[in-house]
Amino acid sequence: MTGAVLVRELRRSFATTTAVDGASWSASPGTVTALLGPNGAGKTTTVECLEGLQRPDGGSVQVLGVDPWRSGPDHRARVGVMLQEGGLPTTSRPLPLLRHLAALYAEPAPLDELVTRLGIEEFARTTVRRMSGGQRQRVALAAALLPHPDVLFLDEPTAGLDPHARLEVWDLVRAEAARGACVVVTTHSFEEAERLADRVVIMAAGRVVADGTLDEVRGGQSLEGVYFALTTRAAR
Amino acid sequence: MSAAAAPARHRVLARAGFETRALLANGEQLLVSVLLPALALVGLTVASVPDLGPGPRADLATAGALALAVVSTAFTGQAISTGFDRRAGVLRLLGTTPLGRGGLLAAKGVAVLSVLAVQVVVLGALGLALGARPGAGGILPTLVGLLLGSAAFVALALLLAGTLRAEAVLAVANLVWVLLLGLGVLVPTDLLPGALATVAALLPSGALGDAVRMSFVEGAWPWGQWAVLVGWAVVGGLLTRRFFRWGD
Repeated sequence: MTGAVLVRELRRSFATTTAVDGASWSASPGTVTALLGPNGAGKTTTVECLEGLQRPDGGSVQVLGVDPWRSGPDHRARVGVMLQEGGLPTTSRPLPLLRHLAALYAEPAPLDELVTRLGIEEFARTTVRRMSGGQRQRVALAAALLPHPDVLFLDEPTAGLDPHARLEVWDLVRAEAARGACVVVTTHSFEEAERLADRVVIMAAGRVVADGTLDEVRGGQSLEGVYFALTTRAAR
Repeated sequence: MSAAAAPARHRVLARAGFETRALLANGEQLLVSVLLPALALVGLTVASVPDLGPGPRADLATAGALALAVVSTAFTGQAISTGFDRRAGVLRLLGTTPLGRGGLLAAKGVAVLSVLAVQVVVLGALGLALGARPGAGGILPTLVGLLLGSAAFVALALLLAGTLRAEAVLAVANLVWVLLLGLGVLVPTDLLPGALATVAALLPSGALGDAVRMSFVEGAWPWGQWAVLVGWAVVGGLLTRRFFRWGD
């Protein structure tokens, strides 16, 4: 198995709950991989192991050939992360916050371009606490794109966005993959997976129940139909 | 070319600057860290009660206000800001950046010391205006006491912020701030009644208040009080390392 992102027989439990139960998949540079699955399927736990936020109980994960749990600053500079909960300090305004985050990188992406493209200027004077969910998503995405990452993890990047903003985010994500980045997107949206993904991984009950290109996974059916058939079966 | 991290010093200073500006721009935080110690300084200087012990009253009040400034910034302010950052996922997100967890802790230390420097200048100037006249020999040990007190209280603040829910941190940090006022921060521990004097002297509040008073007023090097503060810093640091949770 080769790739910028490798998940091998990953296991992760919390008390009596097994969140991830022997999951294996990989993702390559220059592609977008959509990670689909119902709530509690183990998607976020898997991605958090890849981000170095959780330590696997068994199996292994690698990002750019490195165990993320033991990674150093230069490795983390190559990885962009957008968390589900955002991770933005509530009393901050977007531009000082993004300027500060940009200072953590040797050569960050041009902030003005990102701010303009994501429409952040419209609410530049608003504190995170007073932003809408969609506005917070846009700031969190800008933060993830700041390092010019080689690997980009996006946890539900378009949740709460209006259709225009969603299209803009999809264009940005595709542009990152076209630049050569390995992009992993966690989503509940079939439309998002079909519009964005080169590969689709479907998880259910902590296991991978489908893994392949979009056409391989669909097998001539709709992605939605395949998803419900696989995840319902796994839940029984 | 692959992305690279900014140099470590640059990352820590960038984060420390961000945290310092956030602390100084927060009205509630300014109230607790500067205004209330300043009011305590003025009140204790012009009033004749409570008894502050032997020595010039303006000197004793300034020393107490400086100790209170440490508790406000290193403990109450740091616990509340870290607790709410933890709830919002800020600590987790920063853990995925080149700053990392070690860099974040270093930046918090620098931010606390930066705010403390502002407090020392403001409260020191106010104390001088009110008649405080510390000896030159007391300046260095006073700063040592303030630094050791900051270390002890930051360790305890992170322990609180990393183990309780944000709302509980807010309540406990404010309650502790009020309680510690009477346990050696503003009034010398040996003026407290009975066994309370012994207990307060062993608390970080009593050790800090007594250490700063002894240095600022008498020019002393209070090794015993410093040892108590180092003990709290080490115990607090070890407990924080063991129990701190980066996410809710």
